[in-house]
Amino acid sequence: MAPVGGNPRGASGGSVIELVHVTRRYGDVVAVDELSLEVARGELLVLLGGSGCGKTTTLKMVNRLVEPSAGRVMVAGRDTRDFEAHELRRRIGYVFQQVGLFPHLSVAQNVAVTPELLGWPTERVRARVDQLLELVELDPSQFRERRPDQLSGGQQQRVGLARAFAAEPEVVLLDEPFGALDPLTRDRLQRWFQQVRRELGITALFVTHDMVEALALGDRIAVLDAGRLVQVGSPAELLRAPASLVVAELMDTPRRQARAIDRLLESDGSAGRS
Amino acid sequence: MREQLELLPAYLTGHLQLTLVALLVGAAVSVPLGIWITRRKSLEPAVLGAASLIQTIPSLALLAIMVPTLAALGVLTERAFGFELRGIGFAPAIVALTLYSVLPILRNTVTGIKGVDPALVEAARGVGMTARQQLLRVELPLAMPVIVAGLRTSAVWVVGTATLSTPVGAESLGNFIFSGLQTRNQSAVLMGCLAAGSLALLLDGLILAVESGIRRRRRGLAALALALLAALYAYTAASFVAERRGSARVVAIGSKAFTEQYILSRMLAERIAAGTGLATRAVESLGSTVVFDALAGGDVDLYVDYSGTIWATIMKRDQLPEDRARVLEEVTGHLREEYGISVVGSLGFENTYALGMRASQARELGIRSISDLARHAAQLEIGGDYEFFQRGEWKALQRAYGLEFGAERSMDPALMYEAVASGGVDVISAFSTDGRIAGYEIVLLEDDLAVIPPYDAIVMASPQLPSELPQVVRALQPLLGAIDAPAMQRMNLAVDSGQSSPSEVAREFLARLDAARAEGGAGADPPAPDGYTPPQ
Repeated sequence: MAPVGGNPRGASGGSVIELVHVTRRYGDVVAVDELSLEVARGELLVLLGGSGCGKTTTLKMVNRLVEPSAGRVMVAGRDTRDFEAHELRRRIGYVFQQVGLFPHLSVAQNVAVTPELLGWPTERVRARVDQLLELVELDPSQFRERRPDQLSGGQQQRVGLARAFAAEPEVVLLDEPFGALDPLTRDRLQRWFQQVRRELGITALFVTHDMVEALALGDRIAVLDAGRLVQVGSPAELLRAPASLVVAELMDTPRRQARAIDRLLESDGSAGRS
Repeated sequence: MREQLELLPAYLTGHLQLTLVALLVGAAVSVPLGIWITRRKSLEPAVLGAASLIQTIPSLALLAIMVPTLAALGVLTERAFGFELRGIGFAPAIVALTLYSVLPILRNTVTGIKGVDPALVEAARGVGMTARQQLLRVELPLAMPVIVAGLRTSAVWVVGTATLSTPVGAESLGNFIFSGLQTRNQSAVLMGCLAAGSLALLLDGLILAVESGIRRRRRGLAALALALLAALYAYTAASFVAERRGSARVVAIGSKAFTEQYILSRMLAERIAAGTGLATRAVESLGSTVVFDALAGGDVDLYVDYSGTIWATIMKRDQLPEDRARVLEEVTGHLREEYGISVVGSLGFENTYALGMRASQARELGIRSISDLARHAAQLEIGGDYEFFQRGEWKALQRAYGLEFGAERSMDPALMYEAVASGGVDVISAFSTDGRIAGYEIVLLEDDLAVIPPYDAIVMASPQLPSELPQVVRALQPLLGAIDAPAMQRMNLAVDSGQSSPSEVAREFLARLDAARAEGGAGADPPAPDGYTPPQ
């Protein structure tokens, strides 16, 4: 099962994230196996696969929340091991699956956390927090002082995104950021996120198991199975030429669902006519 | 009641010193220790186990153990660093209370940190915090309510346990309770309990207010509670400084925990105040070996003990002494040679161990002496104070008379007399000057084989007192030989029956003594030193 797929699209500035034969073992279990990937400047690469395929582990190896057992991870041309882990993480935004807002801090303090760790002057931090809250459509005057538990799930996730973007990172890592949201909120946030990301020119690695989300957001999609890279390419390439049965079935899911909906409508329609 | 209120500031200050220092040190040790064992998980069972083990030691025993422990350590520190750790008073109490305060804070620190959502710890790492920042900015703030709950539990425990530091010589609200129980002064007991209870509630409330004020961002509340706590600490610190700076020599007068001792210690204090103008300090309700060690170590300047007690428990002699004068002579010599303690003189009465029983029952069974008692002992129960059955006198009695009782019960000396009067036990180890002997119609049995050593009440002075303050020794001379057994019994009864306080009884006695001197005294009789010379 050799990885199939072409070069990063629009790689004008070269690769911002580069994984070279990265392996992660937990005892005898190999979670990620000899994985090599590149993400170009400004690109959003989706890591797609079922539970336990190694996509979250791969994501966490980029900012060293998980250390690789073997192989190399490069960010902006430098080996991540050249950095102190916390300094590396301050340069990379991260959106957590469970949001992970600090419950004892206000919304503003949550957003400001990384800029403050970087020692930004107070004025700059305050301006940045307000700017980001506006960007995520939360009125600063109304939300700045609120606690996370006073927010809805969608609002919390938006604060989580603002926190990831706060320190003006080049790279953002997202771990199923919209997984726990209702479909309408998710749809709105996805479109909004894509727009903001493009505006800021942010490079992103995006983990999901949702095929529709992958197709909607990904410039390219990397399909993982049992810790190995199965195929990487643009959504169109994957749809047109799936490299394996696993990919083919994955790519077919949105269409299967669409057909199921069509059938529902047809049977309902015929019942109505008769 | 007024007398209790006058004592309240001193006892409350002592209690605050013990509690606040123990809590501060306890928290300063437990929180870092707790954090450390969440980082080194393999140590957790050992450290928490050790803390739990300390907690299982009864608090009174833990306090008592500290006295010899610190005394032994004191020898080492003096050799190594040139200062001596005091074996009695504040030091043993504070060590024991600090150990006692550890477990709740430690356990809650561990529980609190372990209870922080792992997703939040990962988020803290993910946003770029160092290990230290994760701890300070995320883990500790989130664990704080649990840690503070531990601190509150500790505060309540320590306030309660500190009342037990009285017998090791640390002044606390426990002084009300110990002396109140012994002298049947219910208002003193009540005062001690109420004050300790209020203090516990106050500390608990203040700590809660600080924590919840911070958590719920009510700055005013937090600041107010913090200011009150800070004020308590400032007051405590100031009281320490005042004590240390109180350079004027204060004569410390010790007493054991029973009525007669309270009366005599106040009597000594009154005499010294009248004769020298020096200030005195009562160190009351001490354990019987604690007070002796304190005198030998100079923590206490004077107290009254009994020749037979020194004979049996300090000199560990068990053979029968020939006569009263001989015992006193040997005791005096032994104390001077072994400890440098000087015997100022005898007060004039004996307070001996004696076996007592209900007068009616003694008549029925035809018992007048201990030899008579030995024939009926198997059908009878005996009650003794806590130390009686371990003492040499008891073993000597058993050997000499062949005493074998149906049952032996240890009980509080304050309750023994009532126990025998009400038929709870048949025989007790009475103290011969106890006022309740007459009150409860108890007869003392004759020691016909002369087994029990004489128990002359003697005033003893610390090694340094006679040379440092000879006027104190002179001031006590009028008391020597001035108190006979019936007088002591009357005074004890007056206190035990609730009529008068120990101070009142002591003052009345001294007033009568002065009056008698003035009347019958050959006019110009100065409080003569009776040929007394301080030992060099």
